[in-house]
Amino acid sequence: MSDMSVTSAPSGTASFLRRALRNRSFMVGLVITLFVAAIALLSFVWTPYDITQLPVSERMKPPSATHWFGTDHFGRDILSMIMIGARNSIAVALVAVGIGMGIGVPLGTIAAARGGWLDETVMRFNDIIFAFPALLSAIMITAIFGPGAVNAIVAIGIFNIPVFARVARAGALALWPREFVMAARVAGKGAARITVEHILPNIVSLLLVQGTIQFALGILAEAGLSYVGLGAQPPMPSWGRMLFDAQTRMIVAPYLALFPGLAIVITVLGLNLLGDGLRDLLDPRLNRER
Amino acid sequence: MNAFRKFTVATAFGAVATFALPAHAARTDLTLGMVLEPPHLDATAGAPAAIREVTYANIYQGLTRLDIDGKMQPALAESWTISDDGKVYTFKLHSGVKFHDGTDFDANDVKFTLDRDRGADSTNSQKQLFAHITDVEVVDPLTVRITLDQPVGNFLNDMARGEAVIVAPESADTNKETPIGTGPFKFDHWAKGSEITLVRNPDYWGTPAQLDKAVFRIIPDAAAAVPALLSGDVQAFANMPAGDALPQIEADPRFKVVIGATEGETILAINNGKPPFDNLKVRQAISYALNRKDIIDGASSGLGVPIGSHFSPADPGYVDLTGMYPFDPEKAKELLKEAGYPDGFKATLKLPPPPYARQGGEIIAAELRNIGIDVEIIPVEWADWVANVFKQKDYDMTIISHVEPNDIGIYARDDYYFDYHNPKFNAVMAELDKTTDQAKRLELLGQAQRILADDAVNGFLFELPKVGVWDAKLQGMWPNWPIFANDLSEVYWED
Repeated sequence: MSDMSVTSAPSGTASFLRRALRNRSFMVGLVITLFVAAIALLSFVWTPYDITQLPVSERMKPPSATHWFGTDHFGRDILSMIMIGARNSIAVALVAVGIGMGIGVPLGTIAAARGGWLDETVMRFNDIIFAFPALLSAIMITAIFGPGAVNAIVAIGIFNIPVFARVARAGALALWPREFVMAARVAGKGAARITVEHILPNIVSLLLVQGTIQFALGILAEAGLSYVGLGAQPPMPSWGRMLFDAQTRMIVAPYLALFPGLAIVITVLGLNLLGDGLRDLLDPRLNRER
Repeated sequence: MNAFRKFTVATAFGAVATFALPAHAARTDLTLGMVLEPPHLDATAGAPAAIREVTYANIYQGLTRLDIDGKMQPALAESWTISDDGKVYTFKLHSGVKFHDGTDFDANDVKFTLDRDRGADSTNSQKQLFAHITDVEVVDPLTVRITLDQPVGNFLNDMARGEAVIVAPESADTNKETPIGTGPFKFDHWAKGSEITLVRNPDYWGTPAQLDKAVFRIIPDAAAAVPALLSGDVQAFANMPAGDALPQIEADPRFKVVIGATEGETILAINNGKPPFDNLKVRQAISYALNRKDIIDGASSGLGVPIGSHFSPADPGYVDLTGMYPFDPEKAKELLKEAGYPDGFKATLKLPPPPYARQGGEIIAAELRNIGIDVEIIPVEWADWVANVFKQKDYDMTIISHVEPNDIGIYARDDYYFDYHNPKFNAVMAELDKTTDQAKRLELLGQAQRILADDAVNGFLFELPKVGVWDAKLQGMWPNWPIFANDLSEVYWED
């Protein structure tokens, strides 16, 4: 990381696009992620069935031409549930990453800029949050403030703060001794201005890669919280709770668990591939080695 | 490496051999799964049925008892005589009976218990069972005479109830944590949140129990119940939250599935004292919005008989009122409009852990949203439900099964959590209390059911089925629940 390139890639946008198109994991990840996002957006205007109605007489029908993924124990169309569930997963993960970045990045860059006791305080505090396993701390928070999508977002978001704080601080610390930063200091710029004008633009790629990974983890965390009943509450569908509901019916109706499970696997896989690809593309050091 | 492998193979065979040997003798321990944990274990001081599921006939005994067929039998009283006017019962008690703490059982304990149950400070959840007792007299140590202010046709059955068990003055105050009774099992320990262990009482006065240990394991999570059964961790569920996994268990020859009846009226309880639910039209709208068939299919896998009032279809005097509020969302919307809520309103639905509540709640919430009531579902833990919904009336709507037999009288209770007050209903109940003529009683019970249905006090859903599931080798489990009880005194393992 200390070897990080400072100026943007000399080859420019066209070259970046060319490299991106050649990077297989980036492309596969991007396609999957866009697809999931598109499904989630589509669910706002159209789903095959209305899931607010519970046609119990249609319950637990296996996949068929009318219900591609079958129906659940209340007769709801599973495909529609998964589409709306995607919305929920993405929203929770997105806001959680937003909270993590919004608080973590300023903390990390300030810690790097000031150093000393402030750095120590901020980072030790981060260590404390970091020391708790993510899901456990999320369960703790939702247990205190009650279950629900908003509390799940906050819980996952809080866990994201130290992650981004560390990445931002490490990236910034590597930049501070560099010549261009020193030049800026000699020119009389303050620490805050240097951070905004010189440090942040140069750690954006790091944050983007980390953001993608945290996004995938956020989706998993949301599914985990919903599975234990602490995430989005019914009637809002959630992939995690669909898995929970499927659990006792696994042998009688395995498709109940199959489709939400696949949805989680594919989404997380897509995001991880995207994150990998982004790292390859944005980290010029790796690029040079290739 | 080679030697190590030989060693592991040898130990593996050794282990097989040691486990194989005792398999020929019948087991003497039993682990029962139950969904709800009792808040404490004093059967004479709390409403939750879970208390008596653990203690009835195992730890505590009454003067009489109900047997596996729901018939009344003598228990601590070996015989009795009833005066010609039906007001004086003289019970002859068994001799040589000791409480688990070693103290003797005699007529003084009966007097102490009944005076405590009917006293002003009584916390007995079925206080009305003792309401007609005017005097309890100790004739001699083994004879007790109970005088009533009027003949009570059901008195011997009442004394067989789980709330009418006999406790000792020495231990009554500590029964909540360390229950002391006269039964065939003694309390051993209680791992809160996990399990309650009973062991055989070696000094039992009657036929000793065949099991030497019985564990009641708390499994609130329906998803955990099936694996617990399949793995053999739990060998019996008196009422299993099996849900849609039931066909899978029925197909397994290792288990026996017995679908029985309970006295449990499963209702959508409504806080009648809280606006807008104090409006009759709102409550009627709710009743019209409920599709009982869907609720039974979705919440109880299709098991359960629909009800139209707070009364078991199995009991004499039942009136079928299920047609009074047929499923009719349009009519429901109309009523809401008349009540002054054309756009509906917001309300909460608190759901305790049993699957009938959690799953039924989702269906009911969707049905109520259909008529414009914006229902927020709030899952609550059992202790939370008892403390806040049941005791503090802190709720709009909730779903629960009222499992006490013949408990229509709860609607006459002034401080009950429905917050329902109807002098006409109370008058019918008072009249019923005084009436001994069976035909007249049934007529009054019919009137009572109709008043509750007219007032749409609660959403009356269905009679809770008893989904009994246990190991095929286990004998003596109750098929039905005339009262919520798991009498283990005659349960045994077949070889």
